[in-house]
Amino acid sequence: MQRKHLFALIAILLIATMALAACGGAKATEAPKPAEKPAATEAPQATEAPKEEAKPTEAPKEEGVKPADEIVVYNWSDYVDPEMYGMFTEQTGIKIGEDNFSSNEDLLAKLQGGATGYSVIVPSDYTVAIMIEEGMLAELDHDNIPNLKNLDPEFTKLYYDPGNKYCVPYLWGTTGIGYNTELLENPPKSWKGIFEAKEDDPWFGRMTLLDDVREVFSAALIYLGYDNNTQDEAQLEEAKNLLIKAKKGVSGYDNDNYEDLVGSGENLLAHGWNGDFLQAADEYENIDYYIPEEGGTIWIDNMCIPANVTPEQKLAAEMYINFVLDPKVGDMLGEYNYYATPNKASLEIADPEYKDNPLVFPPPEIRAKLHFIKPLGEFESVYQRLWDEVKSAQ
Amino acid sequence: MERLRRHPELQAWLILAIPVIFLLIFFMAPLLIVFVYSFLERGKYGGVEWVFTLDNIRRVFDPLYFKTFLRSFYIAIVTTLITLGLGYPLAYFIAKSPPNRRGALLFALMIPFWTNFLIRTYAWLTLLRTHTGLINVTLMNWGLLSKPLPLYGNDFAIILGLVYGWLPVMVLPIYAALERLDESLLEAARDLYASSGKAFWRVTWPLSLPGVVAGSMLVFIPSLGAFVTPAILGGGKSLMIGNIISNQFLGAHDWPFGSALSMVMMIAMLAATLIYFRWTKKSESSL
Repeated sequence: MQRKHLFALIAILLIATMALAACGGAKATEAPKPAEKPAATEAPQATEAPKEEAKPTEAPKEEGVKPADEIVVYNWSDYVDPEMYGMFTEQTGIKIGEDNFSSNEDLLAKLQGGATGYSVIVPSDYTVAIMIEEGMLAELDHDNIPNLKNLDPEFTKLYYDPGNKYCVPYLWGTTGIGYNTELLENPPKSWKGIFEAKEDDPWFGRMTLLDDVREVFSAALIYLGYDNNTQDEAQLEEAKNLLIKAKKGVSGYDNDNYEDLVGSGENLLAHGWNGDFLQAADEYENIDYYIPEEGGTIWIDNMCIPANVTPEQKLAAEMYINFVLDPKVGDMLGEYNYYATPNKASLEIADPEYKDNPLVFPPPEIRAKLHFIKPLGEFESVYQRLWDEVKSAQ
Repeated sequence: MERLRRHPELQAWLILAIPVIFLLIFFMAPLLIVFVYSFLERGKYGGVEWVFTLDNIRRVFDPLYFKTFLRSFYIAIVTTLITLGLGYPLAYFIAKSPPNRRGALLFALMIPFWTNFLIRTYAWLTLLRTHTGLINVTLMNWGLLSKPLPLYGNDFAIILGLVYGWLPVMVLPIYAALERLDESLLEAARDLYASSGKAFWRVTWPLSLPGVVAGSMLVFIPSLGAFVTPAILGGGKSLMIGNIISNQFLGAHDWPFGSALSMVMMIAMLAATLIYFRWTKKSESSL
C-alpha cells in the first residue's frame, strides 16, 4: 500500500511538470511583458535623441561611438548567401552571427517576450507596420547608410514605412502556385481549380495550401473578388465556407516542405512562395510557378534594427545594411535565393537570366494583380477563429 | 558549521532550499502568470491590457473550441489504450527475461530517444506518404494494392505518431512494477490451483496497477497537449487543443485567450487524473 502511494505521488508530480511543459511552451515568452510595454515606448526616443544631435556633424562615426565587434542577424533560414558574411567581416572587421525564425509571428513573439542581442532583423511588410506601431524598431541614421541611393525609388514609398525611416527592403516576392511539370500538363489557371477542385481533377487530394491564415484567406478572397484585407464578416464567412469545401481536395497545410513534395511527385501542386519553388526547381528540374489569373499576394522582407540595441550595435547594424545595399552584394543575394532584389543598381549588373525571369520579377500586368497583406489589429482574431473553423472541419 | 552538524533537519532544509526556490520561480510564477492573463484583455498585437474580463473563459466554451477539446480527449484516450495494449506485454516480456538481458532490452527501448522527436516524426512521413511513401509504394509495386492507403493526413497518422512517441514512457513504469513482483506470490497462487490466467489476473495485474496508472498518465497528458504530431503527420488538417493554443499566441496575437485555453486544459487534465486514480483505486479494492 505504501509503495502505491509513493507511485501515485510521483505520478502526480510528473504530471504536473508535464502539464506545465505542454502548456508552457507557447507561453515561455510572455513573462517579461508587463515591464516591457513602457520600455518599448521609451526606447525609440532614447536612441533617437543622441542621433538627432549627431546629424549636423559630417562623420557620425567619429563622435565617440565605435561599431560593435560582433552582431547577430535574426533572419529567415537559408535567406542569405553565406559568402556575404565573410566579405563583410573582411571589409569591416565586424563578425556576424546568425539566428533563424520560421514565421513573422515567431519573430514578433520572441521580441515582445524581451529577447535582446539581435542587431538586424528581417520582418515582412505587415510585421514592420506592427513593430513600428509598438515602438519596437530603432530609427535608421541615413548618414550611415549612403547606399540607400541604390534602392529603386518605388521601395522608398512603402505603405508601412514611407521614406525608409525604420527599415530597408531586403528582398521581395510573390505567393502563387507551383506545380510538377512532369506529372501535370495543365495546372488550373484560376483559383477556382484549387478551391473548387473536382474529384476527377488529377490534383484533387494531391495539393497543399500554406498553413498561414492570412495567405490562405487572401487567396480565397481574391478568388471571390473581394479585398484580401477585408473586415466584412459576410465576405469572410463566404471565404470560410469556400475553404471548408476545398479541404476535401487538400492533402495538407504546409509551410516548410511543400516544394519538395511537389518536386518528388507526392503532390502535383502547392500554394507557396515563388523563391521556394524556384530554388527547388534547381534541384528537381520539374517545377514551374505562376500566379493564378485572379491574382495573388506580394510581400517585401525588410532589414530593421530593434529598439533595444546599444549604440555600438546600431552603428554596426547600419554598416551591415549599407553593405547589403551595395550593388554587387545585392545582386549576389538575389541570385543566390531567387527572390527579387529592390536594389536598382544591382539589377544593372545582374545576370539577365535572373533579372529577366518573369517568375522573379513579374511583368506589370501581373504586378497589377498582386496585393499586400496588411495588419488588422484586433480584427485578426476574427480571421483566426474562422481559420480554426476551417482547420477543425472534418 | 557546528550547529549544522548538530541539526540534521536544518541540513535537509538547506539542501531542499535550492529546488524549492527553483520551483517557486520557474514553476509557480509562470503558472500564476498564465492564470492572471486568462482574466485580462488582449493587447493589440500580443501582450495584455490590464483590464479584468471573463470573456476569455466564456470563449473557451464556444462549441468550436469545446469540440476540439473533446476530439483531443478522444485522441489522447485512444493513444493511451493502444500504448497500454502494446506496452504491457513488452514490459512483461522484459521483466521476465533473464536479469543479464534486461539491461540490453531497456537500452534498446531507449535508443530512439536519442534522436530528436521532430526528426523522428518527419522520418515517419517518408513511410506514410500517400503517393511516394515507402509503405504504399511497396504494396502497390507488389500489386497488393490498386489504390494507395490513406496513411497520412488523418487521425490514424496522428495516433500512430503519438503511440510511437510515448510507448517507452508506458513501458518503463510497468516494467518497474513487474520487476519487483515477488515470484513466491505466483507460486502460492499455483499451489492453490489457480490457472496461469487466473494467477495473472488476481496477482500480477493488481500488483502492476500502480505502474499502469503512472504509465497511462505519462502518455495521456502529453498526448492531450500534442501539437507537433497533428501538424506534421496530420497534415495540419485537424486541430488538437495544443494547436489552437499555439495559434492564439502566434497567429491571433491573443495571449489572454491562449492562457484561458491552457488553464481550462490544465483543470480538465487534473479532473481526468483524479477520476482515473479514484477509478483504479476502486477496481483495486474490489479485487
